[in-house]
Amino acid sequence: MPLARKKTRNYLPLVLLMLALFPIFGSSYYNELIGKIMIMTIFAMSLDLLVGFTGLVSFGHAAFFGVAAYSVVLLSPKYDPGNLLLVLPGAVFTGAAVAFVVGLFVLRTKGIYFIMVTLAFAQMIYFVFHDTPLGGGSDGAFLNVKPELRIGEKVLLDLNEPMQFYYVVLVLLVVAYVFLRVLLRSPLGHALAGIRSNEHRMLSLGFPVFLYKLAGFVTAGGIAGLAGFLSACQYGFVTPEILSWHQSGNVLLMVILGGMGTLNGAAIGAFAFVVLQEVFSALTKHWQLLMGVVIVTVVMVLPGGLSSLPARLKGLLIGGGNRNG
Amino acid sequence: MDFSTFLIQLLNSFQYGLLLFLVASGLTLIFGIMGIINLAHGSFYMMGAYMAFSLTALSGNLLVAIIVGVALSVLIGFLLEWALFSRLYKRDHLDQVLLTYGLILIFEELRSLLVGDDVHGVPIPELLSASIQLSETLSYPVYRLFMSAVCILLAIVMYWLIRHTRLGMMIRAGSSNREMVQALGINIDLIYRIVFGLGVTLAAFAGMLAAPVSSVYPGMGNQVLIICFVVVVIGGVGSVWGALVAALLIGLADTFGKVIAPDYAGLAVYVLMAAVLLWRPEGIFRRI
Repeated sequence: MPLARKKTRNYLPLVLLMLALFPIFGSSYYNELIGKIMIMTIFAMSLDLLVGFTGLVSFGHAAFFGVAAYSVVLLSPKYDPGNLLLVLPGAVFTGAAVAFVVGLFVLRTKGIYFIMVTLAFAQMIYFVFHDTPLGGGSDGAFLNVKPELRIGEKVLLDLNEPMQFYYVVLVLLVVAYVFLRVLLRSPLGHALAGIRSNEHRMLSLGFPVFLYKLAGFVTAGGIAGLAGFLSACQYGFVTPEILSWHQSGNVLLMVILGGMGTLNGAAIGAFAFVVLQEVFSALTKHWQLLMGVVIVTVVMVLPGGLSSLPARLKGLLIGGGNRNG
Repeated sequence: MDFSTFLIQLLNSFQYGLLLFLVASGLTLIFGIMGIINLAHGSFYMMGAYMAFSLTALSGNLLVAIIVGVALSVLIGFLLEWALFSRLYKRDHLDQVLLTYGLILIFEELRSLLVGDDVHGVPIPELLSASIQLSETLSYPVYRLFMSAVCILLAIVMYWLIRHTRLGMMIRAGSSNREMVQALGINIDLIYRIVFGLGVTLAAFAGMLAAPVSSVYPGMGNQVLIICFVVVVIGGVGSVWGALVAALLIGLADTFGKVIAPDYAGLAVYVLMAAVLLWRPEGIFRRI
């Protein structure tokens, strides 16, 4: 099913240019913040593939993000830098592999069950890292030296350098974005869209719906793994909290805040969430209260997410009927 | 494991399972009848425990605390249903997830603002503070037996309410066809409000009842919520009796898991869930 494309101005090159030039003007604090937003955008896009494009509301997506982040620590030597060529594919593979195993179970369920079962499996994985010595228990573990890109003896990239790390994140964000764009236009992407709008019809048309869903789930797990890899490299340590259901809730929030079913929306949502978090936590220790109020308000008065705001305002001002509500 | 240890663990698992049932039955009723997925359900459990703590500290009596707490919970349930949930019946599950996620954050922070982040204890009422001697060294507290008895009593009352009263008939009818029930002149909005209030009160009551044996601590609601999800998944969404069986199974798995392999006990319930998912993806029982 070809998705109807609205004529909109394409801001993408402009946004990319701004992101590429940003470190020239930004301080290290803002570079790190923008880096975090980009990482969360990758994470949110991966969940959007499930929630927005396939109609699978997963409440356990942090599991794949988290195991990948842990894999970075486990795959790196203790006091030497790991090689990006090993660690990065390793993290993506870990995210995808765990998604494959979890998917075999959770994709047997639908709707509300799916929400609860994904949450429960993510919690199970959380307990594996929290209760067993595998990843340092409840204290987490440190990534003492961040990975570098080495070919032979030559070091091409060193993620310990904040500037190099920033551009690696930017490049990987673009890679993930382009990959998802291509995937959504591929037969797989169209099949996922079909499953979203009518699973029974897809079944009766002879599509192996389960396999398609599993493929989508594994892909989303792998891309979440990419985000997890970057997150571990940004902060240099991992704790079980990155696997917790708050993390799953937050990324779901980003997808919905930005308006699901659009990759750009994931970016808007990640941006809005990280900035809100930053502003609120500067205001008060009880910043989650403010976040909760924002969430409840958005759900009650703005069902289409933040990206529906301009259309709504337009509708209000010009007086045309509001078709989104 | 000798017999009296085994007996104690069995009683513990039974008591834990019954307590889970109280919380999970509200969750499954709210979903089965109203079609609402409520992540904030665990927060009501936490709210109940904290009410037991604060009101006992004020009044000096757990019973008074429970009576006032139950009244407050009913009120909170009605208010939330009226202000928020009643507007979400026609919406996607996603909106419900998001709203209730926001509510969790709000409730946790309100708890932190009002009572603080410390761990508290609630004294066991004197009347029930005795223990029954099982062997020379082992004994079993009367309060835990009392808890189990109260839970069983409530389960029976719920069975009676749903199966043998006019209200129960309307609830069951409302769960299978909302429009038809409405067309027959039954005030379905009121039924929904009652069901939601009942669910909230059950969860809060479980929290109050549990407060003297498990301490009162931040995050206690979330832990219970996720276990309750497992209960609902195993039992079948919307099935109260499924929830009872599943809760007892989980009580067994968790308690004996802790005895047999303490390090991995947290995983036992999830392994149980995975097994049930392979066997019956829609839970052991279906519907009410």
